[in-house]
Amino acid sequence: MENTLEENSLYTRRVTISNSLGMHARPAAKIAEIAGKAVHNVWIINDNSKADAQSVIDILSLCIIEGSLVTVEVESANDVEILDEIIKLIESGFGE
Amino acid sequence: MGNSGSEQVVINGIGGSPGICIGKAYIVDREGVDVIKRYRVDEAGAAQEINRFKNAVEKARQEHAAVIDSLDDDLGSELNILEAHMVLYKDKMIYEKTVDTINNEKINAEWALKKVSRQARLRFKNVDDPYLKSRADDIAQVAEKVMSHLTGVQDIKISEINKRVVLVAHDLSPADTSQIQLEQIQGFVTDRGGKDSHTSIIAKSLRIPSVVGLGKATAGVANDDLIIVDGGGGKIIINPDEETLIRYEERKVRFERYHAGLERSSYLPAVTKDGETYTLLSNIELVEEVVSARDNGAEGIGLFRTEFLYLDLKRFPTEEELYSRYKEVVELMAPAPVTIRTLDINGDKVNPSLFSLEEANPALGLRAVRFCLKNPQVFLTQIKAILRAGASGNVKLLIPMISCVSEIVQVREIIDQAVNELEKENKEFSGKVALGIMIEVPSAVIVAEKLAEYVDFFSIGTNDLIQYSMAIDRRNRQVAHLYQPLEPSVIHMIRLTREAADKKGIDLAMCGEMAGEPVNIPILMGLDIKELSMNPGSIPTVKQMIRNLDSSETRKDLEKALTLSTAREVRQMISDKYKELLVFNGQE
Repeated sequence: MENTLEENSLYTRRVTISNSLGMHARPAAKIAEIAGKAVHNVWIINDNSKADAQSVIDILSLCIIEGSLVTVEVESANDVEILDEIIKLIESGFGE
Repeated sequence: MGNSGSEQVVINGIGGSPGICIGKAYIVDREGVDVIKRYRVDEAGAAQEINRFKNAVEKARQEHAAVIDSLDDDLGSELNILEAHMVLYKDKMIYEKTVDTINNEKINAEWALKKVSRQARLRFKNVDDPYLKSRADDIAQVAEKVMSHLTGVQDIKISEINKRVVLVAHDLSPADTSQIQLEQIQGFVTDRGGKDSHTSIIAKSLRIPSVVGLGKATAGVANDDLIIVDGGGGKIIINPDEETLIRYEERKVRFERYHAGLERSSYLPAVTKDGETYTLLSNIELVEEVVSARDNGAEGIGLFRTEFLYLDLKRFPTEEELYSRYKEVVELMAPAPVTIRTLDINGDKVNPSLFSLEEANPALGLRAVRFCLKNPQVFLTQIKAILRAGASGNVKLLIPMISCVSEIVQVREIIDQAVNELEKENKEFSGKVALGIMIEVPSAVIVAEKLAEYVDFFSIGTNDLIQYSMAIDRRNRQVAHLYQPLEPSVIHMIRLTREAADKKGIDLAMCGEMAGEPVNIPILMGLDIKELSMNPGSIPTVKQMIRNLDSSETRKDLEKALTLSTAREVRQMISDKYKELLVFNGQE
């Protein structure tokens, strides 16, 4: 499943996690909140593990630390805006 | 098949509290496996179960929201954390998955929730990061709250167990532990926890044997398995063979006889062979423990931990609530002194959803006096309550985690403010409450002489001092072996503190676990620490030890120890010299 994502570049973006504490509860909650608005699934991929971005628990279980390069993926064109919003949030360091 | 055959299994853990007990295992886990009902339902039943589940989640969330509302607005960051926690109730991995599980597997809501929360927690099982690991606890807590609304049962009913058993649990919270009824529970063993975890501390004060940090005890034991808990040796034996059983029965009798002898003499003062008097005090957390402190011959309370009320109420208590609690302890002990330590919040001790969710290193984070100085209203309220309790007896005020002079300066400003307000409000209080600080951060040892100019006494908190000096996480089993009170660097730190206190003429006490272990006493006597505060259960043993020592000898022991290079050598030196005194002290 994981190796198909590189081809769907239309629906994926790569981004580096820059906040010093990594992906802890609050940022994960913010992502899940935005992803929750998507029509279809939203995924976060880190080191070959894939998490449902609509679940804080799943995101946290990826153990994403500062400096990790993660991929965010949506499954449909309708959700590209959501994708951009998540990327922007991560790039801003979650406002921390 | 199970392993309840005849094979004897020994599992090594960490001794939580000394003593030996032999009994049948009774397994509890956080959701209380024994309590939840499991049954299958049909299509219509599934819809009902889903409704029931959704209602329970809603109720749990409302309760959580009420907790958030009850908090002060100036707790900005904590509120954010709590709100993030709120999200977990509706998290896809719990909420939707439980609904799906009920639908697909046609099982009742409790069963589905238990399965789902277990799966969610398993995701964190192989995670190394302690911060993320403890998120598994958050999930468990959220699931537990929902479960309690589903079943109408509040938490684990440890207080309702009605047979003589040995509790086997993954983890017990301090609140769980304090529910233990001595006539039913002979002892307990847990997968998690360390020697100085809160749970062990309470076990010591209840004086029931326990072994913690076993890793996988709950997986290896079945209900009703015969189990030996060797608290002193830090191990458990499951389904012991005949020979082992006899050996332990004998040891148990000897241990109990020894302790009965100690109790008879626990009221006599702790005077050394050469006539020096030591003052032994008790560390307590609950008002109820005052009884145990007095029974064990404590000459006062050297450390009254105050976090419990904050934990219990799940909000910040009012000045009146704090005052009435403190006053009770002070009156019960009067005229003996009660040293009240201000809030020492950290992840381990307080509701993790409130305080530590965001900190990668809670032990190095915004805890204790740092938290209080950031939330001056919380601090002021507590200090006012303590000063008021001072009017009812002999109270001392102890500030934890001071790491530099500017903190104690700020603390004194807040105390001044408290005095001003109390005068304005015409409330009765004591203006003569002695002020002390915990010496538990290495930097405080270095500037101890300066700090001494601002306070009346020092109290050495060895648990944290060792942890911070050696740079170890006490809950991380991988580095637990470095936690050695007799490590020469630790002894040097205490000596430096001693010298600073002497130079400025202020009092020096010790209130860490180190003071409660007889093997450490010769060194502490050598350091001339005349006030030792410990768990009530340790007082008789330590008194006995002191009565058998000679201070001119212990001064030599200290000098010798300062020339040694390792904790092992120091320990060996002490145990060789005082072999006959140390048998049975749970150190064997």
